[in-house]
Amino acid sequence: MTRRTAYVNARLLDPASGLDAPGALLVEDETIADVGPGLFSGGVPDGIEAVDLGGQALAPGLVDMRVSIGEPGEEHKETILTASRAAAAGGVTAMVCLPDTDPVIDDVAGIEFIARRAREARLVKVYAYAAATQSLQGRELSEMGLLAEAGALGFTDATRAIADAQVMRRALSYASTFGLLVVQHPEEPSLAAGGQMNAGEIATRLGLPGIPREAEVMMIERDLRLVELTGGRYHAAHLSTGSAVEAIRQAKRRGLRVTCDTAPHYFALTETDIGDYRTFAKVSPPLRGEMDRRAIVEGLADGTIDAIASDHRPQDQDSKRVPFASAAHGVIGLETLLPLTLELAHNGKLGLLAALAAVTSRPAGILGLEAGRLRPGAPADLIVIDLDRLWRIDERDFRSKSKNSPFDGRPVTGRVVRTLVDGRTVFALDEA
Amino acid sequence: MDSEPLRAAFPYRHLLATQGLKAQEITALLDLADGYVEQNRRPEKKSALLRGRTVINLFFENSTRTRTSFELAGKRLGADVINMSVSASSVKKGETLIDTAMTLNAMQPDALVVRHPESGAVKLLSDKVRCAVVNGGDGAHEHPTQALLDALTIRRRRGRIEGLQVAICGDILHSRVARSNIHLLNAMGARVRVVGPPTLMPTDIDRLGVDVHHDMRAGLRDCDIVMMLRLQTERMQGQFVPSIREYFHFFGLDYAKLSAAKPDALIMHPGPMNRGVEIDSELADDIDRSVILDQVELGVAVRMAVLDVLVRREASA
Repeated sequence: MTRRTAYVNARLLDPASGLDAPGALLVEDETIADVGPGLFSGGVPDGIEAVDLGGQALAPGLVDMRVSIGEPGEEHKETILTASRAAAAGGVTAMVCLPDTDPVIDDVAGIEFIARRAREARLVKVYAYAAATQSLQGRELSEMGLLAEAGALGFTDATRAIADAQVMRRALSYASTFGLLVVQHPEEPSLAAGGQMNAGEIATRLGLPGIPREAEVMMIERDLRLVELTGGRYHAAHLSTGSAVEAIRQAKRRGLRVTCDTAPHYFALTETDIGDYRTFAKVSPPLRGEMDRRAIVEGLADGTIDAIASDHRPQDQDSKRVPFASAAHGVIGLETLLPLTLELAHNGKLGLLAALAAVTSRPAGILGLEAGRLRPGAPADLIVIDLDRLWRIDERDFRSKSKNSPFDGRPVTGRVVRTLVDGRTVFALDEA
Repeated sequence: MDSEPLRAAFPYRHLLATQGLKAQEITALLDLADGYVEQNRRPEKKSALLRGRTVINLFFENSTRTRTSFELAGKRLGADVINMSVSASSVKKGETLIDTAMTLNAMQPDALVVRHPESGAVKLLSDKVRCAVVNGGDGAHEHPTQALLDALTIRRRRGRIEGLQVAICGDILHSRVARSNIHLLNAMGARVRVVGPPTLMPTDIDRLGVDVHHDMRAGLRDCDIVMMLRLQTERMQGQFVPSIREYFHFFGLDYAKLSAAKPDALIMHPGPMNRGVEIDSELADDIDRSVILDQVELGVAVRMAVLDVLVRREASA
């Protein structure tokens, strides 16, 4: 028997169609059956369970296109189960994991392992990228076609740049035969080698080796030439510099099929947040200066940057409570992606729908996922957001197994109160 | 000096950096150190000021002169001094810096002098212990007692620091001595220039308040003090200068280049020197110009002043 639930008295937010209006949404089993401003204006018929949202926002669940989990290999930092709980609490209904696990996800078994663990967790949708090159060594291509058939959404060497130009050329070229996406960590490794933070005055004062901003844009500019050469589908991950944004902006104007994302820390923090060697602010690529931060916001505002991904990377205490140069990079982000993205809207930098598009329909579009939209026939992956809720990010509340967030204590506005995946509630905010 | 006014003059638990120190705080330490210079020149060098106190020298990096200098400083104040050299191998066994800090903290020392190859490591350790911590050099970050002893050397030779032109020359990039000296000398009103090849200059070093020169003669012109730095080849990843021969030719200090400086300009070097690399051997030994051995002598006095201030503060806190 079909289970029907009507979510009424909602503020419908659908970035893909531009809808922002009061209305209702009907879920039949796992699917959105109907949605619109006029729906159930005459009342909800018998046999349909009615849920009154009291005017709160109803939006597509977030699609987080870049997370690192730790399973397999580093389960003491995070498992697919704990990451799924964190995702559900953060309103992330679909996430894509990086292949830099142990073992590396460079064969079909790896993709199937992630899928099986996600089924067992039964919370949110967990996808994976596969390694672009075997063992992430940057030399021999992985079995891209077979991996894609097994479910890999794209190909990347995770936090390593595919540095060899010939290998990158062949990766883009070969992937293009299947229409597959190649995701680059854009950083010239020889310039970044040994670097601990952004090169500049602060690194000089702290006595830490710096990574010049140019390391990012020069890899992107090289890659753009290779995209022109091969016709491949290219995505530059976590942009951190203004010159990289400008390079992508120009490429898009030329009509190249390229996309890119950034992470909240690149528009919400700068290198000054490292302060006195705060390792929680150590990320790759490194936090930059204020001019770059503004350029990232500008890139989001004009649409050059397509998506915001959390770049979730759990690290345990042993990886962070060490001298800065020895500390692992990365921050957790699944539970802070939405409120930090909404800051852009609250600050007037982006419209509300544009901000939400960067974490829903646009990443879904890049990945080719049937997600990120309020559309009849689509899976009922939805979130209810209290847009005006003031709260403070508190590491004690994190579901994630690791606590490495530089945003602990930050006051934010807007909170997920309910998360649905395939029509099923996987998270409801405890109002106690 | 009594401990009360001293505490007011130097109101910190630790000495981790010269960045942020004020001129009067530096002056208070130098004044105190002046007194210890006299004590160190007497046949009976030992006082009982810190009797019963424990100072641990915790060195994660090889050092003979700095460790010895701190050891003498502690002993001449009557403290018990323990030297701990932590080799890289025991760190590899899995004990973290924090573990080491907690272990030593449990032994109830009054001061820890810490040297570590990583920038920020001493600050991290200082957050985890109850006693005073002195930074004996952390990575390329700071070496505050070296800057203090350099300042004392300059002050005793020239009678002041304010208004002097100081050229710091050579491998600025890898040098914690350079950073500590830049902050301290600027706080005291000196004018600082850094001189060296661009490959050995940290990014945006001018924002620390220095003039940057890539030519030795131009950089040394009319300066009062020439501080030479050691070329730290052991910290270099990759090649920063084509050869030692070429480096000495353009950036090594010899009489010809020194002639651009004031006729009575003093030559300093934190040691250990690479003779024939950054400094001409004969010049290094020229007692009319080189104050390198003064620096070594005054280092003990400065470290006595630092231990005195911090440990007595700790005891009265």
